[in-house]
Amino acid sequence: MKLSVNGTIHELAVEDDMPLLWVLRDELGLDGPKYGCGVAVCGACAVHVDGVAVLSCQVLAADVEGSVTTIEGLGDLAEMQAVQAAWLEHQVAQCGYCQSGQMIQAAELLANTTSPTDADIDEAMSGILCRCGTYPRIRAAVKTAAQNLKGA
Amino acid sequence: MGRAGTIARRSFLVGSTAILGGVAFGFYKYNQPLENPLLDTLAEGEAALTPYVLIDAEGITLITPRADMGQGAYSVQAALIAEELDVDLNQIKVDPGPPSKAYYNTALANDAVPFPSTNQSAAANTMRGTVDLVMKLMGVQLTGGSTTVPDGYEKLRVAGAVARETLKAAAAEQTGLATTQLKTERGAVVLPNGKRIPYQALAAKAAEIKPVTDVVLRPSTQWRLVGKPMQRVDMAAKTTGTQSYGIDMRMEGMVHAAIRLNPRKGGEVISFDASETEGMRGVQKVIPVTGGVGVIADNTWRAFQAVDAIDVEWGDAPYPAEQDQHWQVLADTLDSGDQDARPRDDGDVDSIPMTIKAEYRAPYVAHAPLEPLNATVRVTSTRVDVWTGNQIPRMTQANVAKITGVPVDNVHVHILMMGGSFGHRLEDDVVKRCAELAMALPGTPVKLTFKREEDTAQDFTRPIALMRGRGSVEAGHVTSMDIRVASPSILDSQMGERQGMGLPGPDATITQALWDQPYAIPHYRVTGYRSPKLGPVSSWRSVGASQNGFFHENFLNALIHEAGADPVEERLRLMTDEPSRKTLEAVAEMSGWGGALGANKARGVAFCLSFGTPCAQIIEITNGEDGIKLDKVWVAAEVGRVIDPVNFENLVQGGVIWGLGHAINSQITYSDGMAEQDNYYDFEGLRIYQTPEIMVRGLENRDHVTGVGEPPVPPAAPALAEAIFQATGTRPTEMPFANSFTFV
Repeated sequence: MKLSVNGTIHELAVEDDMPLLWVLRDELGLDGPKYGCGVAVCGACAVHVDGVAVLSCQVLAADVEGSVTTIEGLGDLAEMQAVQAAWLEHQVAQCGYCQSGQMIQAAELLANTTSPTDADIDEAMSGILCRCGTYPRIRAAVKTAAQNLKGA
Repeated sequence: MGRAGTIARRSFLVGSTAILGGVAFGFYKYNQPLENPLLDTLAEGEAALTPYVLIDAEGITLITPRADMGQGAYSVQAALIAEELDVDLNQIKVDPGPPSKAYYNTALANDAVPFPSTNQSAAANTMRGTVDLVMKLMGVQLTGGSTTVPDGYEKLRVAGAVARETLKAAAAEQTGLATTQLKTERGAVVLPNGKRIPYQALAAKAAEIKPVTDVVLRPSTQWRLVGKPMQRVDMAAKTTGTQSYGIDMRMEGMVHAAIRLNPRKGGEVISFDASETEGMRGVQKVIPVTGGVGVIADNTWRAFQAVDAIDVEWGDAPYPAEQDQHWQVLADTLDSGDQDARPRDDGDVDSIPMTIKAEYRAPYVAHAPLEPLNATVRVTSTRVDVWTGNQIPRMTQANVAKITGVPVDNVHVHILMMGGSFGHRLEDDVVKRCAELAMALPGTPVKLTFKREEDTAQDFTRPIALMRGRGSVEAGHVTSMDIRVASPSILDSQMGERQGMGLPGPDATITQALWDQPYAIPHYRVTGYRSPKLGPVSSWRSVGASQNGFFHENFLNALIHEAGADPVEERLRLMTDEPSRKTLEAVAEMSGWGGALGANKARGVAFCLSFGTPCAQIIEITNGEDGIKLDKVWVAAEVGRVIDPVNFENLVQGGVIWGLGHAINSQITYSDGMAEQDNYYDFEGLRIYQTPEIMVRGLENRDHVTGVGEPPVPPAAPALAEAIFQATGTRPTEMPFANSFTFV
């Protein structure tokens, strides 16, 4: 199977039913996407497939048709740069384990919604669980990122 | 020398007799300097100036022995050292350091003495000093109990100052100048002519001379870092996906393991059939372990698939199979009156008629940090290496030595960043089981990752607790309160059964944050009852205070309502501790308490003094058509000194969210001896859509410094319970509230 990840095409010989998450982590050595629940309820494994945030623990690598981008490969996307800068400015992370998923999801939100309200943020971000409770900072950082994107 | 310097020297540097001299038995022993774990591994040209500062040609490493589970421990510890060492946080590396007795945790003693934390009298502090000696003897290198800052506040700054002064002395010797002519700045000694000698260049010289231990700590007015917003040392990595956790461990030749342990925790394996795993791709070995079976494969997912394909017959649970039976055990314990401790008994409780009664419950709850339990272990005949995120490295080192038969000094525990813990990683069963697996593959590093379902099934939860209260009111005031609480013992289960370190006497966690609240209720009694052993239980963020804060404050609110008093005013009237009073006043002022509320809005207040930190919260909710919505929370906490205001706010907000999320949504219940919940869809805490706006104020109204990782948790549930009562007329009596109320 062929898989495009962060701009590189990989030739893989893995089982048809291996989830994308484990191909990324254990076959390609990309540790940005995290394993948290394995059943698509925590969102720590979120990656972009052609710019759409998907939960890689429930997507089979064999079914992926587009280009996969992980947190490691998102540095040059405008939305992602804005999100990461805002995350740093607001010092969002505590343990940080969910934050790759949070930023991936936030970047998708900002690509579709230029001025997200609290309700927009809550709706878009509720699939990504944070056990440390960094949600107030996530809300603030998403707004800062939106502001900076508009100014750019 | 100021008080700070004197105390730090006494307890850490030279163990002199200045304050504690000749007080306790075996005290002579403590006057020996503790072993310095870093000296063993130093290469030539390196100097270990203190156990907290390492300087070599590569740079400056600050040793931060309290582990980081997300609370920013590395940063605050590094900042305290850096403040006196005169380095910036971007000039240093942090390292949690190897397990060593030198890193004993002083502040744990503060909650282990029979004095409330508000009592700073000579007697109380003498007792704390004595317990502190025991902690030193035991060498408790433990991260927990909100102790990182109280433990390190003076110790780490002294370590930095000693290092700085010794480097200056080395520079003086090298240049022939007097130390009074030298200054330090950004990692270098600065000569009068402006020439800078980097610390690294002085390391070898500094190693040859006697450390300068007579140091004076700088006053807070001169601080550059502490008390100001700082960038956490781990923030850039955590914002770019490059922070590595235990689960990301990867090394040459490493294999991946998965495991299934008896979901009837502690039960036996009767038999298993692994024939289905034969021929499964990448599967290398099936290995029986204590209480379960493991699989070695070449990929985590393949190991998960294979371990699930094993057919296992599990033995019975060594505790009652059904949840109702657990509750019955607690009810029977209260009825039989098998008292564990009565730490408070003011006035004449027996002769006061108490007609207001209540019964409240707190469920089992899991820790469920987002990073599942994992460990990587490599065993050879002479040496074992363990890589894991863990709060008890010394106990783990001893346990692995026992399992593998390798001498304890040859067991090397490398502590890694944790993706949350909340008390979960005060347990080390994952390491023990991984060591068993690794023994079957000598020389091969084995990474064991728990599936989420396994992590939940094997969680050693917060204990269930049952509280019965009686009280009375008179002339508009609360006049009596008698609280009895029953729960299984955390210390028996955690430190006793699993670590072989059972402590004599009552389990202080059963009545934690019940007996020591700063209220002068005329007739006031607190009694704890230790139930027979149930399922395995452990410390969960804020420990006994997490359920007892709910019990105490929910009942106090009920009594205040009966008295017809205002819950803020009545608490202020009853409070005996000035910093606690100021904390409650602050949160009332922040929220505009007493003002008019909007339609369908209600408020609740609660206060809890836990881990020495008074914390008060007011919550505002809307009782809408579709259910209850959490709108706003105001929270004030008195910690003596806020080290980093940004991280402080983040931790307090997280603590409130933790308290609210579990109070509303979370419980673990048993059926057939197994937890009925297994993943975040049935155990999730709070998500962003339910999260209120949270306003935080840190207070600095007293001298002694306390932590903030746990104290924001206990007041959250009772404040919400009061708001729900105000909105609906029904007072929640058991968590999780979602069992009885609808939330949006």
